[in-house]
Amino acid sequence: MNGNSAIGEAAIRAGCQCYFGYPITPQNELTEYMATHLSRRKGCSFIQAESEIAAINMVYGASLAGSRAMTSSSSPGISLKQEGISYLAACELPAVIINMSRGGPGLGSISASQSDYFQATRGGGHGDYRTIVLAPSSGQELADLTHRAFDLADKYLVPVIVLGDAMLGQMMEPIEFKHEAPDELPVRSNALRGAKGRPSRIIKTFTSKPAELEEINWSLFRRYQLIKKEETAYEAFMVEDARLVVVAFGIAARIAKGAIKNARSNGLRVGMLRPITLWPFPSQKLKDLSKKTKDFLVFEMNMGQMIEDVQLALEGKGAVYFYGRPGGVIPTPTEVSRVISRHYYQKGLKSAK
Amino acid sequence: MRKVYTRPRSLKRVPFHYCPGCGHSIVHRVMTELIDEMHLQDRIIGIPPPGCSVFAYHYFDVDMAESAHGRGAAVATGIKRAYPEVMVFTYQGDGDLAAIGTAETIHAANRGERITAIFINNAVYGMTGGQMAPTTLSEQVTTTTPYGRDVNLEGYPVKMSEMVALVRGAVYIERTAVNSPANIRKTKKAIRKALQSQIDGLGFSLVEILSPCPTNWKMTPLESWQWIDKEMTKEFPLGVIKDITGKTDAD
Amino acid sequence: MLIKTVFAGFGGQGVLSMGLNLAQAAMLEGKNVTYLPSYGAEVRGGTANCTVAVSDEEIASPVASSPDFIVAMNQPSLVRFQNQIQSGGVLFINSSLIEAEIPRGDIEIVRVPANSIAEELGSPKSANMVMLGAFTKKSNLVSVSSVIEELKSTLKKKQKLIAINQKALMIGYDLV
Repeated sequence: MNGNSAIGEAAIRAGCQCYFGYPITPQNELTEYMATHLSRRKGCSFIQAESEIAAINMVYGASLAGSRAMTSSSSPGISLKQEGISYLAACELPAVIINMSRGGPGLGSISASQSDYFQATRGGGHGDYRTIVLAPSSGQELADLTHRAFDLADKYLVPVIVLGDAMLGQMMEPIEFKHEAPDELPVRSNALRGAKGRPSRIIKTFTSKPAELEEINWSLFRRYQLIKKEETAYEAFMVEDARLVVVAFGIAARIAKGAIKNARSNGLRVGMLRPITLWPFPSQKLKDLSKKTKDFLVFEMNMGQMIEDVQLALEGKGAVYFYGRPGGVIPTPTEVSRVISRHYYQKGLKSAK
Repeated sequence: MRKVYTRPRSLKRVPFHYCPGCGHSIVHRVMTELIDEMHLQDRIIGIPPPGCSVFAYHYFDVDMAESAHGRGAAVATGIKRAYPEVMVFTYQGDGDLAAIGTAETIHAANRGERITAIFINNAVYGMTGGQMAPTTLSEQVTTTTPYGRDVNLEGYPVKMSEMVALVRGAVYIERTAVNSPANIRKTKKAIRKALQSQIDGLGFSLVEILSPCPTNWKMTPLESWQWIDKEMTKEFPLGVIKDITGKTDAD
Repeated sequence: MLIKTVFAGFGGQGVLSMGLNLAQAAMLEGKNVTYLPSYGAEVRGGTANCTVAVSDEEIASPVASSPDFIVAMNQPSLVRFQNQIQSGGVLFINSSLIEAEIPRGDIEIVRVPANSIAEELGSPKSANMVMLGAFTKKSNLVSVSSVIEELKSTLKKKQKLIAINQKALMIGYDLV
């Protein structure tokens, strides 16, 4: 089963009831998987929408009605979904958005890229909002984090983005699904299903009174602070004695891990910090690492986006280097190994105490 | 003494903010009467648009949710697919339904979504201050067609109802107006039929309502009623455009 | 043990299914495995390749810097990958379509006339299976019985196809 299909299966097992999407390479297997496996399930709905914009707005509608809903796309399509994501965030509606990203800007390429980091973590839509961003780096994590995305979305009433890439989507690995699809889910308390036995309810943000919107913004902000405190996740790999820590996420972290294993076998003390949540970003962990490690190499498949979060987190308490390949080029572990060694020797880390 | 006229139960006791002579208040009144008469208050969800009628949720005492501009039909689709037991209507203006939301409307109709679109056509963008709408008449002056709509430059008034009628999933489409007591009664009948077609699970229904906007038309309310008869109905003739519900009129 | 193999050729030659078959056979045998396809925008006739990593331990990178084995089903694939193969690695070439000399002395070369054999069998599309047979024997990554089992589960009820592909596979297997 490839990564795209694994997301579909994990979503169904997480109780996803509605999937609305629009075809775009390299995530079509996911849309097709949902067409095959979700559309005929009892109480579930699948629509191949007329556009990504329509798809995200259908997700908004399904979420209004209390459904676990998901859409997926790849970079250019995610740009189109930003409007809906902003509305979901504003109206405190849970939803899962999968981005199997590809090279950009523009139509770009169909191969793997990480150039949507800014779009995902900064919120490509308008307004003062945040989305939780999960970055899987293996087939197993695609499944696990998709499931987690639904839980987090419901827990905090926020849209959650799973930021994968073309390579994760196409790659096949053995995957173990840890959950069975639930027969029935409890109805969310803010679901809109007709005012039966209760006063009618309005879900909206628009107001002509600025003070009202300010309160909405404060309430969202407090929730985001809570998410930061509770949900930041990362993997720290061989960092205890590391003189150089590579910071990488998603598939790049996978490639970097291979390079770090090479480096270790050559006696270089290199480790890796892999943010699993890109927002909230594991800033505190980086700050803690900087007490022992002073050199950080950020490796991304773009021209340098996450590096800004790394620099912000370190507050100048470490040197930050960058290596990136944009445009859908897949770097090899050997290539990354060379970069690691070059920095390691150039900065004199070999002889450091 | 018998009470012959009262506020519908599903219309909140809130003064309308609409301009004097605006058609929205009339349509709200008609719709809430129908919601009462058809016993829908606790099983209907309304999707108002950005625009003058964004505050419709302050007046309708039913579940309502805001939608992005033009996306009403997609949002309604999502609700209906997730929870088919509920009734859903969108309330959309001409810019919303016939410009930015053209694709959502046509495709929801084509899928035969069991939703009802209430389409307010006032030939102008109201809330933003009277710019050209897709339904603005040829030679009509608006703030963005200060020399009158030139069909060679700005195209022709879009006949959205006729376009949607071509789509097979659309089962009931009628164009009415709210510029006379007789036309208001016809509007109510049309909306009743549209909602009934949704209750019966037949498909997509749409009622286009020619509605006065005296403020942006720069007319008195009376002049605007007359303008609908004299000018708008020439481009947008009233009547049933499509009816494949197989039902005869209720009254 | 971590062994990486690249299968490469024209789209439509079945290179992706060769890799997939190997990956699934390895999975059947309880090994760690990653399968990474890569292809152009064309569905037929473009270039296609995939990387299969098989290991006893967790696989870090699914990308191969210098593969242990390369299977080149056509000339462009050979040109693209021949310099990447690891010293001491094995290069499998489809000699029906590739005539070039290989200017490397540090690798082993296995020539398989996959297309001619498949044509003789009356099933030109089975060239990939002939090659996969030869690869299975030489690489010793998985047992041929696992490959056959995978073939059967992929083709399900298409008995005729299973028979002809199995035959092609075994001819390749017995060739080396």
